[in-house]
Amino acid sequence: MPRKIKPKEPAKPKLAVFKFASCDGCQLQLLDAEDALLAVANAVDIAYFVEARDRRLPGPYDVTLVEGSISTAAQIAEIKEIRRQSNYLIAIGACATAGGIQSLRNWRNVDDYINIVYANPSYIDTLATSTPISDHVKVDFELRGCPINKFQLLEVVIALLVGRQPRVPTYSVCMECKRRGTPCVMVTQGIPCLGPVTQAGCNAICPAYNRGCFGCYGPMEAPNTDALGEQLQALGASPDEIMRLFRNFSGYADAFRLASDAYEEMAL
Amino acid sequence: MPDLTPDIGAFVSIEKNELQCIFDALKKDGYTLAGPTVSNNASTPGEGAIVYDEIETVEDLPIGWTDVQGPGSYQLQRRNDNAYFGYVVGPQSWKKFLFPPQATLMTVRRENGSFVVESQAEDAPRYALIGVRGCELHALLIQDHVFLNGPYIDTHYKARREQTFVLAVNCTEPGGTCFCTSMGTGPKVGPGFDLALTELDDIFIVEIGSEVGRMVMRSVKWRPSGAFELQTKRTALAEATKSMGRTLETSDLPNLLYQNLDHPFWREVGERCLSCANCTMVCPTCFCSDILEVSELGGAASERVRVWDSCFSMNYSHVHGGNIRPRTKSRYRQWLTHKFASWIDQFGESGCVGCGRCITWCPVGIDVTESIDAIREEV
Ligand code: SF4
Ligand code: SF4
Ligand code: SF4
Ligand code: SF4
Ligand code: SF4
Repeated sequence: MPRKIKPKEPAKPKLAVFKFASCDGCQLQLLDAEDALLAVANAVDIAYFVEARDRRLPGPYDVTLVEGSISTAAQIAEIKEIRRQSNYLIAIGACATAGGIQSLRNWRNVDDYINIVYANPSYIDTLATSTPISDHVKVDFELRGCPINKFQLLEVVIALLVGRQPRVPTYSVCMECKRRGTPCVMVTQGIPCLGPVTQAGCNAICPAYNRGCFGCYGPMEAPNTDALGEQLQALGASPDEIMRLFRNFSGYADAFRLASDAYEEMAL
Repeated sequence: MPDLTPDIGAFVSIEKNELQCIFDALKKDGYTLAGPTVSNNASTPGEGAIVYDEIETVEDLPIGWTDVQGPGSYQLQRRNDNAYFGYVVGPQSWKKFLFPPQATLMTVRRENGSFVVESQAEDAPRYALIGVRGCELHALLIQDHVFLNGPYIDTHYKARREQTFVLAVNCTEPGGTCFCTSMGTGPKVGPGFDLALTELDDIFIVEIGSEVGRMVMRSVKWRPSGAFELQTKRTALAEATKSMGRTLETSDLPNLLYQNLDHPFWREVGERCLSCANCTMVCPTCFCSDILEVSELGGAASERVRVWDSCFSMNYSHVHGGNIRPRTKSRYRQWLTHKFASWIDQFGESGCVGCGRCITWCPVGIDVTESIDAIREEV
């Protein structure tokens, strides 16, 4: 990635944080970074971050973090404008990188949901789909997870400031699971786990609490969903269960979407 | 006869509860005990696994537990006796203590317009490894060759390894994925231990392997082993040698693999393999790592951190201009040929000790012994 962020001296690089369809959980990871947050505030000029402060400076911004998926027509215009104002645009979280849990609507008729969920459906103005930021504008870097990991976020910010490659691995969750020393829940208990096809970054939290990974970091670099699906079936999971496992927080990401579609067909 | 110390090479017998005295003596000598224990989340039989962790007393050992292992499957079960070592190897290996999954190698700090480098190796922990199996002791020696021989010595490994005490255990009940007999590494432990136990019904036979081991026995109640006890031990080990869960024909092994780099098997296994790297993480000889610069935000300091990496991760084979092993089949081929062939060219011995971990902990149960059989078949 890195062309080093060089703002006009003596100003500090301007950082902006924007949100689209999302729960705020990823932005909160930045606030949750506590000690480091002060250092971040020292190193950059937080120009736009509604969750943290009232001040809203206009662009252009040196680094822009974007949370959330695109789910209305207005948001399409907005993200395009943000792109124009941003030197470096980073999509953060499962919503921004894969469409999020709300992309479940992409498989159904959104009007059916609207009628069930809202008392006055006529107030709702939405697109039929929830899609990742990269479907609409060029994204310079994607940080995965639901929510993202605050250490990974800091790493990306630090890497940008220094002008080096961010250290964000694309291998499997299993690597972190084994380094952490967790006995594999799939091998010991037959619990379905998406760890082998999911990108690392969370430090394999879920297996450490004795549950399978549900793939919130999205597909890893070489996701063999066919072979894992076969193993899940051998362990007794039904095609419907496997479909639901893949179609989750990062379910609209290519490899998981294709796998869930295949199992949906099989379940019919 | 506490004032006498047994000779190196001697076999002595101790009551089972005397094992605690060995632990106490080791602790008194400043060792941290690292040994097998049932993992925390194993509240009910069938969950969790036997892992290696820091332990205090014999109570921490998985007394009365066993493991049932097969390709992609491991089950913790209750035994119907109170054997101390009635199980084989689990998902972890001793490398986690000597070559930790994540370790800070050095710190660089800005100071007065220059910088200072601090090595982190000084206060290396002093481990007594409890319950090291034949295959595992062999794996330790293999990692010694990797890290300590040749022009570049790994000082971090060296600092830990030099002061390691090894309490080995002979295996009398091999597991479902064990094949140490084929690899010549077990079930009887080879040289390199300080003390080696063989568990019989109500006693341990202790073989004295080193001067340090001999000294530890000063504070333990022992007696020379009787002929019948030694015979029982020999019979048990001879039985174990013949009851491996797996076997592997090793003859002509490097050539077999080198001559079959285009065998159709690689494509087949490439379709089943998840490239998840579990096999390399659990393998007691795998030594690949990545070095990370973890810099502070203000740029005042940076840590150099080493983490376990794997030939299954893409970045690992990314060199200038691209990836030399972009497909899963080529990464699996790299793993298998390194373990069983090019390791021999590199270090003069096989990189596999036959512990079976990669078979058990592969989520889809890919079995190295079957892989080699498959390649052998159509030759
Ligand atoms: S529990 Fe899941 S993430 Fe951990 S090693 Fe097993 S399959 Fe991989
Ligand atoms: S283990 Fe899987 S589901 Fe759990 S936090 Fe990590 S990536 Fe998300
Ligand atoms: S491979 Fe051999 S030495 Fe290793 S645990 Fe199994 S029986 Fe014991
Ligand atoms: S290759 Fe497999 S069987 Fe051989 S030493 Fe490694 S983990 Fe054990
Ligand atoms: S052989 Fe098994 S454990 Fe190893 S990378 Fe392939 S699927 Fe994972």
